[in-house]
Amino acid sequence: MLLVVVEHDRGVLPGAAHEALTAGRLLAGQLGLSMQAILIGAAADGAAGEAARFGAETVHHAHHDLLSDYGPETWGDTVAQAALVLGAAVVLAVGTDVGNEVIAQAAARMDQPFVANCIAVGADWSVDRIRWGGSLLESVSLDAAIRLLTFAHHSVEPVEAPVPLVSSEFSPELDPSLARSSIRNRVAAEAGVTLSTAPVVVGGGRGVGSPEGFGILEELAALVGGKVGCSRVVTNSGWRPHSDQVGQTGTKIAPEIYIACGISGAIQHWVGAAASKRILAINTDREANMVNKADYAVIGDLHEVIPAISAEIRRRRA
Amino acid sequence: MKILVCVKRVPAPGARINITADGLAVDAAHLGFAMSPHEECAVEEAVRIVENTGGSTTVLTLGAIESEEQLRYAVSIGVDAAALVPTDGADWDPQRTAAGLIDGIKAIEESEGPFDLILFGNESADSGGYQVGIRVAYALDRPIVNGIKAIDIVDGRAVARRPTDAGVEEYHLPLPAVFGVREGINLPRYPTLKGRLNSKKVTVAQLETTAEAGGQQLVKLFRPAEQVSETVILGEGADAATAVVDLLQEIGVA
Repeated sequence: MLLVVVEHDRGVLPGAAHEALTAGRLLAGQLGLSMQAILIGAAADGAAGEAARFGAETVHHAHHDLLSDYGPETWGDTVAQAALVLGAAVVLAVGTDVGNEVIAQAAARMDQPFVANCIAVGADWSVDRIRWGGSLLESVSLDAAIRLLTFAHHSVEPVEAPVPLVSSEFSPELDPSLARSSIRNRVAAEAGVTLSTAPVVVGGGRGVGSPEGFGILEELAALVGGKVGCSRVVTNSGWRPHSDQVGQTGTKIAPEIYIACGISGAIQHWVGAAASKRILAINTDREANMVNKADYAVIGDLHEVIPAISAEIRRRRA
Repeated sequence: MKILVCVKRVPAPGARINITADGLAVDAAHLGFAMSPHEECAVEEAVRIVENTGGSTTVLTLGAIESEEQLRYAVSIGVDAAALVPTDGADWDPQRTAAGLIDGIKAIEESEGPFDLILFGNESADSGGYQVGIRVAYALDRPIVNGIKAIDIVDGRAVARRPTDAGVEEYHLPLPAVFGVREGINLPRYPTLKGRLNSKKVTVAQLETTAEAGGQQLVKLFRPAEQVSETVILGEGADAATAVVDLLQEIGVA
């Protein structure tokens, strides 16, 4: 049996959960295993139908008082117990913050290897995974009694494959001390899109020139319902907060279109932007890495091009 | 507060990485090295906490003897002591790396007493296994949360924040605790002259491990297929605005 750990935030499944179920269904098919899913905490009970819609043959509901909100140790211990009790040969999630954290916790508890951010599983457990945020790949062999892995986020296109819903209750035994690392408080984000979910990201690099220079990027982003991002040079210069950084050590984005302005396209930035559906580079340098890798480019000074784009959008709306 | 920071020597961010002919390692010729960016911030955070609350900081790494360069860099920005668990220079798998660090930490704590806080980077820049800190924390029976971008010590507890798409999560961990820290928690300082002198004088403690290989073994490194995309030039300068907005309307965002 292959067990998919279904990520959720107080019962709401992110897109990554659909990716995990899809990856799990495909890998289970490849290995001749049944694909089952675990939903951790009663808050997620209502999501069982959604898991079955993506092909989970049995949905296990893990119930315990300590599972009322997320905690790396309570979730990790639950996954380790479920894998052993239910007899999982493979445990899989998607490599989000929570996905990697929970599988690593489970692996530590089971003293098993864990291969993070896989993109393919071949014959005899030859596994391809990403390094350097995806600018380098590696093949590894995975030798283990129970195989734990995450698939890289955005590496699997979610596909529904509905099966009848079969639910089952799973009651882990959790030591009360494990609640020490559970969430204690939350501050909700402001309403609206975030950098990682925005349909349009307008990114600025060194070429923007100053903190004030980002005003025209903000204006364009607001017109198209998008968010402003930036490169590592910009955050290291203190022009923008680190939360705006697109890149390996910042946010990985996946918009309909990424408009990269005055960004040279260093590898560290590129791996954060590579999942964008389309990239439009605006740059004075026709040979810039970003221009070469982009789908579309405008050669010119962003300080002239961006206001002209905003003006043209306003003109057509008037 | 006694704080330990675990770091890793990696090729400097942004460098073009070449692979050796046998596909088993990164070609170190012509490469500059640094500690992973998340870890540089972890070092800065440790130094700041100790500046505010008193105590001492230690930096530890597992790696080739050349990793002393990164340990000395940490000392140059304010860390007090440095220790190395030397390897043969090969890339150790995550389980073996964790086991080696556990041996090292236990040895330090045996002679110097326990650390209140251990900081890791959220993930190493190169191999990105997302697990060494968690394995170490579990072996030491200490709580750990990853993805941390703020730490405050309040009434003997570590209050830490992790940003997510939905907002900010707050964790209150009893000490001793472990965190995986993310770049952006601070802006690391540059070495001072005094720091540089200290980094030359510091003795790097050499620790030992008997850690054995885990279940994930490197077969080969390779480069992803280059995305061959012909870039469509929409125009030059402000005149290109019409073509850009046509495109934005075509994909339904303007």
